[in-house]
Amino acid sequence: MTLSVAVRHRFGDFALDVAFEAGPGVTALFGRSGAGKTTIVNAVAGLLRPDHAHITLDGLRFDTLPVHKRRVGYVFQDARLFPHMTVADNLDYASRYGARASDRPRIIEMLGIGVLLDRRPATLSGGEKQRVALGRALLSNPRLLLMDEPLAALDGPRKAEILPYLDRLKREAGVPILYVSHAVDEVARLADHMMLLAGGRVARQGPIFDVMADPAAVPLLGVREAGAVLRARVEAHGEDGLSTLQLAAGRVQLMGVQAPVGAAVRLRVLAQDVLLSLSRPEGLSAQNILPVTITAIRAGDGPGAAIALDAGGDALLARITARAVQTMGLREGQSVFAVIKATSVAQSAISGGAT
Amino acid sequence: MMLDEAGWTALRLSLLVGVTATLLALPLAIWIAWLLARRDFWGKSVLNALVHLPLVLPPVVTGYLLLLSFGRNGPAGRFLEETFGLVLAFRWTGAALAAMVMGFPLMVRAIRLAIEAVDPKIEDAARTLGAPGWAVFGSITLPLILPGVLAGAVMGFAKAMGEFGATITFVANIPGETQTLPSAIYALLQVPGGEDAAIRLVLWACIIALGAVVLSEWLARRVARRIAGT
Repeated sequence: MTLSVAVRHRFGDFALDVAFEAGPGVTALFGRSGAGKTTIVNAVAGLLRPDHAHITLDGLRFDTLPVHKRRVGYVFQDARLFPHMTVADNLDYASRYGARASDRPRIIEMLGIGVLLDRRPATLSGGEKQRVALGRALLSNPRLLLMDEPLAALDGPRKAEILPYLDRLKREAGVPILYVSHAVDEVARLADHMMLLAGGRVARQGPIFDVMADPAAVPLLGVREAGAVLRARVEAHGEDGLSTLQLAAGRVQLMGVQAPVGAAVRLRVLAQDVLLSLSRPEGLSAQNILPVTITAIRAGDGPGAAIALDAGGDALLARITARAVQTMGLREGQSVFAVIKATSVAQSAISGGAT
Repeated sequence: MMLDEAGWTALRLSLLVGVTATLLALPLAIWIAWLLARRDFWGKSVLNALVHLPLVLPPVVTGYLLLLSFGRNGPAGRFLEETFGLVLAFRWTGAALAAMVMGFPLMVRAIRLAIEAVDPKIEDAARTLGAPGWAVFGSITLPLILPGVLAGAVMGFAKAMGEFGATITFVANIPGETQTLPSAIYALLQVPGGEDAAIRLVLWACIIALGAVVLSEWLARRVARRIAGT
């Protein structure tokens, strides 16, 4: 299942020109407002007719099909449930054309929307609406899923309510998912591949672990949001609330890990929370010290510099001042120590996903 | 309140003309309103002006134009008579046509406003779920604009019941055939001693008009409640 997209479109001053492929799993389209994310997704859905488009899914030409024949499951930011129908009718509307009624009980169970079936959209909370919208998109038996900032309209707790369902959906959907977002934490948690869009063009793309650890991606993600995503395994939960996780380069102690022992999780380590030391530090309050090798140094526009690190095969990213690079005499290929504070891994950045 | 034989005939005829005109005009009005609200095409402003013409033309002019085109010697009239055996001039069917034409702009306006109030994004969502255009209209747009359609239908019906100038010009004032409520009132006022019978007809006209408005308000509220889901 591979979606291949080439789209050119111009309106006003804005010119979109992108070409990419998206395989199974979640491909995140990330960029600021106006980067062209929604335009791309609408072109794939057929809701927008671009000046030029060549879109195929496993060889099936998509861009010449009318919207209703494309069978994309589209989850909008604003849910867009049919206000005059109950939740059950909204779901049935999708299976009427998608003919996937046999999956109905499984999808309802997966999204936990069984108790909502008789309700009207107007009486649902934002999170409930979005879960119903997800179910409706799935019941249309889609060839691929498009999600346009499905969590952007929700507050923190509602987001946390939906994310586990998205984790599960990602594993069970079995179709390519295009996930539009401008929230790095969502992307870091869900995406397998990532495309960074800027000014209507693809600035960076690749596996999420590579793109997030790419020093060149720092200005696109924002210096406060940039940071590598690592695979880890939960080894133990301590009685003091700290959990031990195994990384390729060694063990780290972290707070607030919810996943059970043995689970594979993702860690997002913000670049600004990684310190570098020439020798193994002693007598430091931070306990997580990994031996790493510098693979790239990239000076930013301001006083900062992004340092790409290899941590036993995992890529890590640190952001320090350019002056520190000078005084420490850092260079590519050098072996140093990375110090990570236990509190520096955001709760939402820890995912139970398999990869 | 009791009406004489002629009064009942006029009342019955008015209701027949009103209901016929409303039912026939409604599908066309919905379609035109949808075109004006949702489509961009060449000649859209011309269509819009044409629809609104009966609202601004003197009704007598509209009636005379109908007589010229749908009379027995008019091109449309001759076509209808030869093809379907349908005669409009000086028949109740002609009164229904006049009522249709006069009520049409009011219907289109009400329905167009309702369509413009429906978020096209909801319709887009239905299309992505696999519904073809006509099914989206039938299952999403139409239920959501139902209050507007009802309002338009009542406006059209009220206009049809009260239509006088175009009707009398096109189909005259023939008791039992084309004499509707307003024509009957007008005729009664032309003869000495007709005031009593005229007043009774006026009362009935008021009752029907009020009833139509109350009924449509009630229906629209029910529909709106159902749509809002509360």
